[in-house]
Amino acid sequence: MTLAPILVLAAALFSMGIYGLLARRNAVMVLLAVELMLNAVNINLVAFEAAIRDAMATGQIFAIFIITVAAAEVGIGLAIVLMIFRNRHSANLDDFATMSG
Amino acid sequence: MNQMLFRFAEEAPEFSTGGAMQEWAWLILVAPFVAVAGIVFFGKRMKYQGAELAVGMMAFVFVYGLILWVQTMTDEVVYQKSIVIAEVSDTLVFEWGWVVDGLSSMMYFVVGTVGLMVFIYALGYMRGDIRYTWFFASLSMFAGAMLVLVAAPNLAQLIVGWELVGLASYLLISHYWEEKENSSAGMKAFFTNKVADVGLIIGAIALSGAVGSFRIDDILDAATHGDDVLNAPLFGSTVAIAGALLLFFGAMGKSAQFPLHIWLPDAMAGPTPVSALMHAATMVTAGIYLMARMFPLYQTMAQDARPWMIGIGAATLALTGLLALVQNDIKKVLAYSTVSQLGYMMTAVAAGGYTAGLFHLFTHAFFKALLFLGAGSVIHSVHSNNMSDMGGLRKSMPVTFWTFVVGSGALAAIFPLSGFFSKDEILATFGHEGYTLVLGIGIAGAFVTAFYMTRAVALTFFGTYKGEGHPHESERLMTVPLIVLAVLAAVAGFANWPGVFTGFTEWVGTVAFAPLGDYHPESLDLTLAAIGMGAALLGVAAGWLLYGKDRETQQARDGFWIPGLYDALKAKYWLDDVALGIVGVIKGPLARFVDWTNTNLIDAIVNAAGISTKWLGELVYGAFDQGGIDYAINASATGWGAAGGALRKLQTGRIQQYAGAFVVGAVVLVVGFVIYIN
Repeated sequence: MTLAPILVLAAALFSMGIYGLLARRNAVMVLLAVELMLNAVNINLVAFEAAIRDAMATGQIFAIFIITVAAAEVGIGLAIVLMIFRNRHSANLDDFATMSG
Repeated sequence: MNQMLFRFAEEAPEFSTGGAMQEWAWLILVAPFVAVAGIVFFGKRMKYQGAELAVGMMAFVFVYGLILWVQTMTDEVVYQKSIVIAEVSDTLVFEWGWVVDGLSSMMYFVVGTVGLMVFIYALGYMRGDIRYTWFFASLSMFAGAMLVLVAAPNLAQLIVGWELVGLASYLLISHYWEEKENSSAGMKAFFTNKVADVGLIIGAIALSGAVGSFRIDDILDAATHGDDVLNAPLFGSTVAIAGALLLFFGAMGKSAQFPLHIWLPDAMAGPTPVSALMHAATMVTAGIYLMARMFPLYQTMAQDARPWMIGIGAATLALTGLLALVQNDIKKVLAYSTVSQLGYMMTAVAAGGYTAGLFHLFTHAFFKALLFLGAGSVIHSVHSNNMSDMGGLRKSMPVTFWTFVVGSGALAAIFPLSGFFSKDEILATFGHEGYTLVLGIGIAGAFVTAFYMTRAVALTFFGTYKGEGHPHESERLMTVPLIVLAVLAAVAGFANWPGVFTGFTEWVGTVAFAPLGDYHPESLDLTLAAIGMGAALLGVAAGWLLYGKDRETQQARDGFWIPGLYDALKAKYWLDDVALGIVGVIKGPLARFVDWTNTNLIDAIVNAAGISTKWLGELVYGAFDQGGIDYAINASATGWGAAGGALRKLQTGRIQQYAGAFVVGAVVLVVGFVIYIN
């Protein structure tokens, strides 16, 4: 099995993630985009591990770590978005520019 | 003298060193100072404004002192502990410690007993005072300072206690400092004592320097072994006599010996409990204590110092007693009486009557405290110190009257009250040592003492009341200490009845260095006792004849009775005038010289220095500070401010712009990395 198609898939997913991160205005969608980028990285890790036949399965373990951390991060992120939405009745990121200098 | 020294070496007694009670005896030094700190910091918040802490700690001192007394008497304990706090060199070591032996435990007992009674009395006497809390703090410090002094195993610690006593007395005498007179009295006491303290300090340095140790034991050891002490080559009879006389000069101040006694009557400006404590236990006894503690020195190397001491002591005894005859202020009568009694003690110690002097100190503490507290009770009720405002108080103040009579009887040395035994022991010592003139003065003094005490009792308690308002008996808090002290004043004399019971002699003899050549009569010297008693009774009779019935004004009677002496006595032998005169003569030229030096020399230098400094300052300020440093700092601050303002614009608060910058940065890094690898 060749490596290239998988890397292309991952690159495509990552690009979609970046697009979502920069272009979307809804905070929930931005979080989703971040998840997309993380998963693109996971695919890369597993693919490279399979390619070099690592006996210790480092790539998979790393991927599992990232999934765990991502779950925690999404939990916190969604909680923050929820609190902001309750207080401001909006999930639009442009409405939250109160930290401007 | 050699024979005496030999006897000392042979008879050096074996004493027990005590146990846990002696090892923990430092607690009684610490307790009053705990009270001071506690009252100063938390006193106002306590239920009784801190007084309960003072009384509690004093009660502790009393109980502990009592236990130490009993142990010292039964087991003959001599305990001493020194803790090194600074070791400058082999011969200059500062130590802190405590001594528990017959002499110091006697003082602990006296300070504890009299102190506790006075403290309890003060609860009633000082009620409603503006500085009630502070008063108890100072009073605790007074007692604590005396305990530090008494416990001192070395002269350095003794001086610390000595000065603390002086400080506390200053604070207490000028307790009512709103009136100039009172604060002046405090200053007078402090300065007179300071003059004497110079003697004490120089004397202590001379003796300790020559012996190479501050320890009293080492000094006495050197003194009793004479010139041939190997480890103290500097020590000789010259140093010993000079040091001994200087120590005595210090004692003259604290123990109010003529002519340094002038501060003591003025010290009556303080509240009455202070006077009682000062006259009985905590201040004037310090000098006698010092002489007793150093007694072996005066009996061996410094024998030649003794005639001076006897002379001054006898002069004090004779001259100050007469002053009490013409005083109108009841507290001043008692004050001059104290000075005179201190003369007895000092003369007795100097004449070789170690036990006799201390025994009089012991009994005097009780009856003089009693008399002062009684006088305070009267003053509290009449609101005047003057006996011309009193009279006829025996009906309205029976407890005060009877206790005062007991105290007066003890002071006048009427059998079987305590003063009789102690004064008789002193007279017996004079007789035995062959000081006939002093013996005569002592007997005359007994007459005078009895006379002025009868006068005081008659003017205060008999005749008709001349003051305002209706006097009434004082409250329980004040009468109970009076009764306790009256009992002690009545029975304390039985502690040493020659030939019957001599516990006191053995008790105060329980010290590390046996009091050499101390005279103990085998039995009461009946002839002398009869003469002394006769003189006292004669004094009472004469006083009663003159003052028993109030016929005329008191001053007219005083003038009638002592026509020539009256003016001299009334003016206190013009001693205050002499002191002021000496100061006045020196003051003028000295002040002018100092003034001239000040204006023409010192001021010129100071002005020149000032002007040049000012010029330099302006130069530095203008050129260096403002032009240099300030300019640089301002410029730098402005620059950073502008940069910050520009950069501020980047901070938009829009999270996706940040994310965009993040992505661009990542892309740049990746591109850079790829280029680098290839």
